[in-house]
Amino acid sequence: MDIALESPAVRAKRESMLRVFAEQFLSSKLAVLGLILLVLFLCLAILAPWIAPQNPFDIGTLKIMDSKLPPGSASSSGAMTHWLGTDGQARDVFSAILYGLRISLVVGLVSVSLAFAIGATVGLVSAYFGGRTDALLMRIVDIQLSFPAILVALVLLAVLGKGVDKVIYALVAVQWAYFARAARGAAIVERNKEYVQAARCMSLSWQRILWRHLFPNCIPPLMVIATIDLAHAIALEATLSFLGVGVPVTEPSLGMLISNGFEFMMSGAYWIAFFPGIALALVVVAINLVGDHLRDIFNPRNEI
Amino acid sequence: MKSLRKTILLSAIAVGFLSAGGMAQARDLTIALATEPSSMDPQFHSLTPNIQLSETIFDPLVRTDATARPIPSLAESWTVDGNVWLFKLRPNVKFSDGSPFTADDVIFTYARVPKVPNSPSSFTLYLQSIEKLEAVDPLTLKITTKGPSPVLLANLSIVPILSKKAASGPAPEGKTTVEMNRGDGLIGTGAYKFVSWRRGAEIVLDRNPHYWGTKPAWDKVTYRPISNPAARVAALLAGDIDVIENPPTDDLARLDKDKKLYIQKTPSLRVVYVALNQSKEVPPGMSGTDGKNPLTDKRVREALSLAIDRSAIVARIMDGVAQPAANLLAYPGFGASKKYSTAAAADTAKAKELLAAAGYPKGFTVSLGSPAGRYVNDQRIAQTVAAMWASIGIKTNVETMAPPVFFKKRDSYSFSTYLAGWAAATGEMAQPLTALVVSHDPAQGLGTTNWSHYSNPELDRLVVDASKTQDDGRRAEMLQRAANMAMADYAILPLQFELSVWAMKQDVRYGGRSDQLTLAQDITLAK
Amino acid sequence: MLSSIVRRLLQTIGVVLVMSALVFAALYLIGDPVSMLASPEATEAERELIRQSLGLDLPLWHQYLIFLNKAFVHLDFGNSFLTGEPAMRLIFERMPATLELATAAMLLAVLIGVPLGIYAGLKPENFGARSVMTGSVLGFSLPNFWVGLMLIMVFAVFLHWLPAGGRGPVEAFGPIQLSVFSWEGWRSLMLPVATIATAKCALIIRVARAATRECLPLDYIKFARARGLSETRVLGVHLLKNILIPIVTIAGLEYGQVFAFAVVTETVFSWPGIGKLLIDSIITLDRPVVVAYLMLTVVFLSLLNLLVDIIYTILDPRVQSKAGA
Repeated sequence: MDIALESPAVRAKRESMLRVFAEQFLSSKLAVLGLILLVLFLCLAILAPWIAPQNPFDIGTLKIMDSKLPPGSASSSGAMTHWLGTDGQARDVFSAILYGLRISLVVGLVSVSLAFAIGATVGLVSAYFGGRTDALLMRIVDIQLSFPAILVALVLLAVLGKGVDKVIYALVAVQWAYFARAARGAAIVERNKEYVQAARCMSLSWQRILWRHLFPNCIPPLMVIATIDLAHAIALEATLSFLGVGVPVTEPSLGMLISNGFEFMMSGAYWIAFFPGIALALVVVAINLVGDHLRDIFNPRNEI
Repeated sequence: MKSLRKTILLSAIAVGFLSAGGMAQARDLTIALATEPSSMDPQFHSLTPNIQLSETIFDPLVRTDATARPIPSLAESWTVDGNVWLFKLRPNVKFSDGSPFTADDVIFTYARVPKVPNSPSSFTLYLQSIEKLEAVDPLTLKITTKGPSPVLLANLSIVPILSKKAASGPAPEGKTTVEMNRGDGLIGTGAYKFVSWRRGAEIVLDRNPHYWGTKPAWDKVTYRPISNPAARVAALLAGDIDVIENPPTDDLARLDKDKKLYIQKTPSLRVVYVALNQSKEVPPGMSGTDGKNPLTDKRVREALSLAIDRSAIVARIMDGVAQPAANLLAYPGFGASKKYSTAAAADTAKAKELLAAAGYPKGFTVSLGSPAGRYVNDQRIAQTVAAMWASIGIKTNVETMAPPVFFKKRDSYSFSTYLAGWAAATGEMAQPLTALVVSHDPAQGLGTTNWSHYSNPELDRLVVDASKTQDDGRRAEMLQRAANMAMADYAILPLQFELSVWAMKQDVRYGGRSDQLTLAQDITLAK
Repeated sequence: MLSSIVRRLLQTIGVVLVMSALVFAALYLIGDPVSMLASPEATEAERELIRQSLGLDLPLWHQYLIFLNKAFVHLDFGNSFLTGEPAMRLIFERMPATLELATAAMLLAVLIGVPLGIYAGLKPENFGARSVMTGSVLGFSLPNFWVGLMLIMVFAVFLHWLPAGGRGPVEAFGPIQLSVFSWEGWRSLMLPVATIATAKCALIIRVARAATRECLPLDYIKFARARGLSETRVLGVHLLKNILIPIVTIAGLEYGQVFAFAVVTETVFSWPGIGKLLIDSIITLDRPVVVAYLMLTVVFLSLLNLLVDIIYTILDPRVQSKAGA
């Protein structure tokens, strides 16, 4: 028997909750702006192969005579205009930003999803079983959290080497603990509520209780964490690439583009670092604006 | 009245002090280094940053001038008869601690070289040909070589002389590398003496009061390692630094126009090249070749060379601060022929034809290893070469890494192809040929940096014979033939000769050197 | 209270031991520790020496004890592959530079963040307060290295006011060298400190604001106002004392994070601290230095957490009164 059947009353309540949520969200103009920017960037990234005038990862198509052109120049073959200029390897900066955005977003989304899955599971299990399991798991989480993310990521990458997949592993290792802590916190509150007690009395399996009952009620705080974590993941990947231990140099993410452009900054070719930098800043700030407002909605008392 | 007189008297004294202080005060010099030395021990690591420090604190028997020709230093004169070299040492030379310099110091110095442990690049290479050392008297040194050794002087110039008294110690090598890094045992006869080294921050030298040569121009010399080229230039522009090495090539146009600065460009002996793994088995990083190694086919090598647009690289990546290369030494250097003095223009059509003729019309995949930050714009050059190869169908995966990691991997044949540089420090063709294209036989000191499996017995014979030939004319002709043979066979692909660049304040002058060393004692005030 | 301190101390030691066990496992169990810790250019004789000093033929627990002994008693982590110097000495030489940066940045963040946070908490719907909060979102979301790059571009490249990198002249201060004693030194400190302080300031603003909002409606504030005390005194003395607890806690914990994040700032500004040393050692595979840095960081962070815990216990009047009762 499935006790999660919805009566019309429950469904109506759920729909009005969504409406309330939408109203609350839309009340912050900044958050709405952030959301619009985010959707825009996602579209740009998905449509990159069609929008970008050049595929900057196909190095056979790069003509070195077109390197370091300022914004607005035409390419030597006249085939395209480089609206944001070209970088030191003759990559069109606009195309490079679009493709770099893809890598940044993919790395961010995949690592957050994996960290979410792992962390939420650990947190929920910890909260449900309580006692020694809880103490042990949370101690591990605490130790992990007390270590600066960047150090953990650096050391892992030093061991694993360069590459997009290795960066994702490192990011997951850094982030899962946040999800675990949040999931456990939310689940502990839920665990003592009546419906969970009722479910236990009915001798449902613990997996069922966990996933069908505890988990849905923990989603709001986890979504807040996921949003903010996405921004952290993207910023962290950019930082690691900037330091030279992230993605390989021929398929640059936004961070790598900025790193390459750093050297050209002093000599006047500012556009090579500046535009990717703006793009990165906009993405990260947009996600944070959305996440910040979500946090205000779901945890009005916890304002930090 | 009394107080007025007192005031005048005091003012006079004060002015006197100020002007006297002004006259006695010479300037201090601050140099920004591109790479920090890995050690103060002059015999630990044969690396340009280390060598330029040791050649300022110490003197060798024989120096090389700005164009790599030998000039007297601690040895005033010398004669050679067959395998026996007799050096007359300079009299009345004192170390910076006041003790006298004698032939015993030279013998101690050369004996220490093989005893230095853990050397990443040993100096034994330079003393290879020495069979026996004898002090005939305190100011005369006899060196017996294993065979005719025309490049002995150039080699000795890289091993400056330590003080036996100061550098002796309980360890087999006397003062250890670690002790020397702290300044212990660093007593030399050079123009400046060691004061301190704060790693990552600065190296400080003071004028050597006992120096035997022309009075050093500076009271104090400070070296600051600033590896980030942009930060280096910024420091120069801010007035914090007097001379910087290797300003970023992108900045040169702007710096040239700056009235407050002076730019010195000097042709160097460094060639940047691409080596191709020519072993019979498929090298790491290669695929799509059906289990064969296409790089063993001369047509494929020629195609790879023709795909590279060297002048475009010089123009766009190096901003003109290099010269396209067709040989391992620039013409008219000793042993460089006119035939290979100009780099061939790129010809992608012909390159594709050659590939098809060799049986690879669809191309294949290779890896290209490159250090990041060892040679000027090295990783950018590597990426550009990869793009050029990709345009003829050779998919290239660039692997860049920190220099120490790169050298380790290169020396274990981990790449299909790699980019590297070589400074022909002796100013003639035998050294790059011997190091880079002669068959790999480190026990004999041959092919020591030939990590490509290229082996041509006829070429080997020619090079070895040439190195035994004392007659300059004949030797030059043999070397030219050997180099031409290597180039015609595309044994190795030279890309460009670096121009060394120094940027400095307008009131300071440094003439530059072809071996790219920045020597404080040769930096003067502009006239 | 003493018992809780002792308990925390034991926990700290436990964490340090666990981390050192992890490092030990990584070095000794995954791969060959000799090839990890011996320079690649080492001769066979030297490798043998290292093998013996590590005690590789002894049982595992014995090796672990030797490792602990070398690490904590002798501070011997082997010699850097690149320079031959003892790894720990390299770290201690470079640490004052990072300490300077971290301390100055945290001080700046607190000095600016606390007043701004209180202001934002007093009248949260006020336009000024809301812009402060939006500013704080910018502050902690913008990547550290990006802020540094922008600062360099504006202040060094365009305006030529401040140097683009490097540390200023240093003077000895007891056993260490600091660059805070000269104007030149401060010029070089300003941009890196501003870079780090931006994110931390944003965080402190939020903490201060939240704490202010929590404390303002409480009785003792109302009581102080009722007694006719000036608003400055109410805020500056009574409110401040009480919001200091969470602020000190967060600032203390963040100090540890700053130490770690210095890696990025030091790379952008070519600042010769331990962060740059770590990155250079990772890139050049100079493992003894990386291991030494890790162990040092573990100990430092654990001690820092312990210290913050103790201070919190001392400051929090609720804990005090419980202990006294």
